[in-house]
Amino acid sequence: MKRAFPILGVLTAILLTYALYQALVVAPTEQTMGDVQRIFYYHVPSAWTAFFLFFINFVASIQYLARANPKTDRIASYIAVGIGVVVFAAAFFIPLPEGMRASAVGTTGLLAAGLYFLVRSLFSQTDTDVLALVTAEVGVAFCLIVLVTGPIWARPVWGIWWAPGDIRLTSTLVLWLIYVSYLVLRRFSASGQTPVLAAALAVLGALCVPFVYLSIWFFRTQHPQPVMGGSGSIDPRMMHALLINWMAFMCFAFLVCWSRYRLEKMQREVDEVQALESLKDVSRSAR
Amino acid sequence: MGNGYLFAAYAATWIIHIGYLLTIVSRYSRLKREIEELKK
Repeated sequence: MKRAFPILGVLTAILLTYALYQALVVAPTEQTMGDVQRIFYYHVPSAWTAFFLFFINFVASIQYLARANPKTDRIASYIAVGIGVVVFAAAFFIPLPEGMRASAVGTTGLLAAGLYFLVRSLFSQTDTDVLALVTAEVGVAFCLIVLVTGPIWARPVWGIWWAPGDIRLTSTLVLWLIYVSYLVLRRFSASGQTPVLAAALAVLGALCVPFVYLSIWFFRTQHPQPVMGGSGSIDPRMMHALLINWMAFMCFAFLVCWSRYRLEKMQREVDEVQALESLKDVSRSAR
Repeated sequence: MGNGYLFAAYAATWIIHIGYLLTIVSRYSRLKREIEELKK
């Protein structure tokens, strides 16, 4: 595994360079906005990557809470299967907003359930806590990019940095603040209950993600309509550049999460050894 | 004009990523020092 990291690092660097080339050179210039529209190739993939990481954080937090007890673990597994099946079936029977494809919604439901069992098979209960912390941290970095690049794009296009009261913008800011508070809780609370409290907060925070994502479907906003699955259309070369950039950001996020995960595991081992050493010191001085 | 905003957005993205990577590197070196102290 140690050898795979530098190889994946080099491949990701090549992919990021190729993605930058696609965004700046290959993708056609948008007629109304001009070159500033190319911010789109960093803004949108960063948002999708942040949403994905927050979803993993949600799955890991649920498992941390549920796997404390075999009964709740079994119930959570049944619920995951149930949600996958219900979303898949409902997508074909419930009328969806214009442009949202039933097959895409159904597949997302099944993939979400699949991801639950993938995390369950790869991580122990204590490791799901580490995974939750790591994905929240990296997700906050990606979400911050969304919040910074958005206003930089909005200023030349809308004439303002921020549209106060716009539901997409405000809900994204609230989502970011929820995960920042999650990290603050984990950083500054020394209680043994911190992982449980943080997991509960993460579950509530994750409920905000679909709201942020779907807000442009259900509300009239200053923010443009969705690129994929929406009623608008996009040049295939633009879509290609967008997907390449998303792939590159996902690979980059995976590598960052991997190194942060290893660091967190090492930190916890060192903390354990230090705690044992101080216990030994106490017992020695008591004698 | 548009190019300035484009450059600013791309630069901001990489500043945030590199800044975060630097915090990981600094935490890693601090941890290495702690491990060395424990070994003594």
